[in-house]
Amino acid sequence: MRLAPGILRAALAQAAILAGMGAAHAQELNLYTSREPGLVEPLLKAFTETTGIKVNTVFLKDGLAERVASEGESSPADLLMAVDAGNLADLVDKGLTQPVESDVLTSAIPENLRDPGNQWFALSMRARVVYAANDLDIDSITYEDLADPEWKGRICIRSGQHPYNTALFSAFMTHHDAAATEEWLTGLKANLARKAGGGDRDGAKDIGGGICDIAIANSYYVGLMQSGKGGDEQKAWGEAIKVILPTFEDGGTHVNISGAAVAKHAPNRNEAVQLLEYLVSDEAQKIYAEANYEYPVKSGAPIDPIIASFGELKVDPVPLTEIVKNRKEASELVDRVGFDH
Amino acid sequence: MASLVIAGLVLVPVLALVWQAAHGSEGLWGHLASHVLPYALSQTAILMAGVGVLTAGIGTGVAWLVVAHDFPGRRVLEWALLLPLAVPTYIVAYAYLDMLHPLGPFQSAVRAALGYDNPRDFRLPDIRSMTGAILLLGLVLYPYVYLPVRAMFMTQAANLVEVAHTLGTTRRQILWRVALPLARPAIAVGTSLALMETLNDIGASEFLGVQSLTISVYTTWVTRSDLAGASQIALAMLLLVVALISLERWARRKQRYSVSAQRARSMARQPLAGFARWGALCVCLLPVLLGFVLPAAYLAIEAWKRFQFAGLSARLLTEARNTFILSALATVAVLVCGLVIAYAARIFPQRGMQIIHRVASLGYAMPGTILALGILIAAGGLDRWIGQTAKGLLGIDPGLVLIGSGLALGFAYLVRFLAISAGSVEAGLTRIPRSYDQSARTLGQGITGTLRHVHLPLSKAALAAAGLLVFVDCMKELSATLLLRPLNFETLATHLYGEAARGTYEEAAIAALAIVLVGIPAVILLARVGRDTAR
Repeated sequence: MRLAPGILRAALAQAAILAGMGAAHAQELNLYTSREPGLVEPLLKAFTETTGIKVNTVFLKDGLAERVASEGESSPADLLMAVDAGNLADLVDKGLTQPVESDVLTSAIPENLRDPGNQWFALSMRARVVYAANDLDIDSITYEDLADPEWKGRICIRSGQHPYNTALFSAFMTHHDAAATEEWLTGLKANLARKAGGGDRDGAKDIGGGICDIAIANSYYVGLMQSGKGGDEQKAWGEAIKVILPTFEDGGTHVNISGAAVAKHAPNRNEAVQLLEYLVSDEAQKIYAEANYEYPVKSGAPIDPIIASFGELKVDPVPLTEIVKNRKEASELVDRVGFDH
Repeated sequence: MASLVIAGLVLVPVLALVWQAAHGSEGLWGHLASHVLPYALSQTAILMAGVGVLTAGIGTGVAWLVVAHDFPGRRVLEWALLLPLAVPTYIVAYAYLDMLHPLGPFQSAVRAALGYDNPRDFRLPDIRSMTGAILLLGLVLYPYVYLPVRAMFMTQAANLVEVAHTLGTTRRQILWRVALPLARPAIAVGTSLALMETLNDIGASEFLGVQSLTISVYTTWVTRSDLAGASQIALAMLLLVVALISLERWARRKQRYSVSAQRARSMARQPLAGFARWGALCVCLLPVLLGFVLPAAYLAIEAWKRFQFAGLSARLLTEARNTFILSALATVAVLVCGLVIAYAARIFPQRGMQIIHRVASLGYAMPGTILALGILIAAGGLDRWIGQTAKGLLGIDPGLVLIGSGLALGFAYLVRFLAISAGSVEAGLTRIPRSYDQSARTLGQGITGTLRHVHLPLSKAALAAAGLLVFVDCMKELSATLLLRPLNFETLATHLYGEAARGTYEEAAIAALAIVLVGIPAVILLARVGRDTAR
């Protein structure tokens, strides 16, 4: 066991945390997050500086719900943070969350961006937008247009099964019936310049590389690229494109969210609520906008200039809770039309 | 008995999955059968066939060149050929994607040479294709074949090859009629490891746009939140793998490989002359260059750029230490259990023991995340039970004993990599004639005595090789680590993934390079052990 000090120490620290030895330990909380550490850390750091509450984290990608569920009542998880409304709805469906009644939260977050039963709360938004080659003569487009044969062989997109895309397709289904959605997906598939795959930034890169003329991707990547935060190379990709905020023919731009919910068996519930409330404060919303280039959920909070340059965001009015109901069917449609083949 | 326990432990996550799979998910298979499986199955079959042929071909070919011939650079190549092991496939995939992109250095140079200045006017075929995936995985995974086959050639082939030589057989005939049949178990073990890595791969397939079965498992689980359905597909895949492995075993059921090994010594190398000298050098150099040097150099350049841009993160050191300690501890456990299993199968060659051995290897044949989910379900259940019992009896809440302490994670590594250690140790033991066991027993040694004085010394190389292979694999392991690690515990791989997941690969370059750097000494050591014991 000579080799083990690191792990042992971690284990002991863990045991001490978990043992919850009286009130002395109350000034910390445990965060399970499927948001990447690099995105959450600035927020947590600011929170700890403001409140003195320490945040222990574990970053999980696809197994957040399963981990919390299998830990059951013994779970040390206090706050569960995730991206995509569908993932948050999943946590509620699996009975892993508890409601939070807080005026701070309900007054800061618009009604369509939180769970009707106050189980989860959106903390930031991103729009599913169109990147277009700079020299392309285009300044508006609808999601419906993307299936138009004029775009044949000109569109790049990531896997149709990625939650960002299934959420978009689910939203499409709230405006059109299943048959029309299938037809649209078939058209979109036929317009792809390459196999659906990679990440959203590859869309910009592939436009620069001459593989496609437009790409469907999330808004914040443009901020990350154009600001130069990812280095010069990415700055060049970012500058090769312009962003168009597409809309549904009878609606607005599709947005998805990042959000959080308090865990059902949270041992430090008060601290979890404190963090949640902090995350919609002006200070935290500013970090979301500036460090991550997301749209703040709180009205009046400032938007980063790069993101603001896309034009005014007109959020599609259909509530997220309606959209997520379609996600299984949307995912099956993706298989049915062979979107990723 | 001990091996029964170990096999039982391996079965725990599988059973947890069966339990999970039995819980519903109606209508899934109808959908799968008509819209998913035909394509996913054919893609998986093509991918596996391609990677299988490529890894077996490269691995065996270079092993034969390096062991039986002499040419410039041979001594360096002998270990350098193992280097691709140090780089996780998803990292190589990413590096190539970037290098070969129309905007990347390679195509830019080609365009400049041909006089085009816009990628719209001229670009090469996209690497994001089945061919790209096969080539890439083949070039990274061939060491899984090279390693055991080289060991086999080195320690066993010498005598037989020389006998054949004396009998006037030509060099080429020796390869086809002596060396290759002799190396068959090693080729089979190596190729099946490489194929299981292929089957489990998710990162590279995702980057390269290959719709394998594993991707279907993920889609079912993540996008449709249907864990039951995902478990069903994963179990079906598992059956497929078991069938394939059994088929190979069955095909060589009548063969026995314990060649008399009074003196395991390397064979006399044939010096190559003229064109063949440089030919051999190039053939052996190519996989090293493509599978390691290019992607590693790319990583180093990216990491350097990053370093100048943002400096070194202090966390990296802690993460490197975590990675090292965790992998080392897990390796010891995996090795001990592998030895128990393989040895029990040798001394009790009954059917039951053979089955236990197969069962113990199941963990490697499942996608990592699915296996980790099985363990999560089991460990979580046990943790809850321990918690309640302790609360009831002692009035204290111990929290999550297994998951919180990292034991669950260690267990995941054990289940996952037991196949590597059991397989390699078995391959090592097969080479020791049974007459040795009989002599030792006749001379009054018990089972453990025979193990200590006969088998361990004779299979030291196989053990060390297995240990290092497991170590490198633990270090690269991502899916189980991500799902099962305790709070505030990061490894290099999880850090890397955290950055890669949000598309900021450039941040990840330093962590990726660190994984490679920690892996290199292990790999060099790996080559050393093999050579020294063969002398």
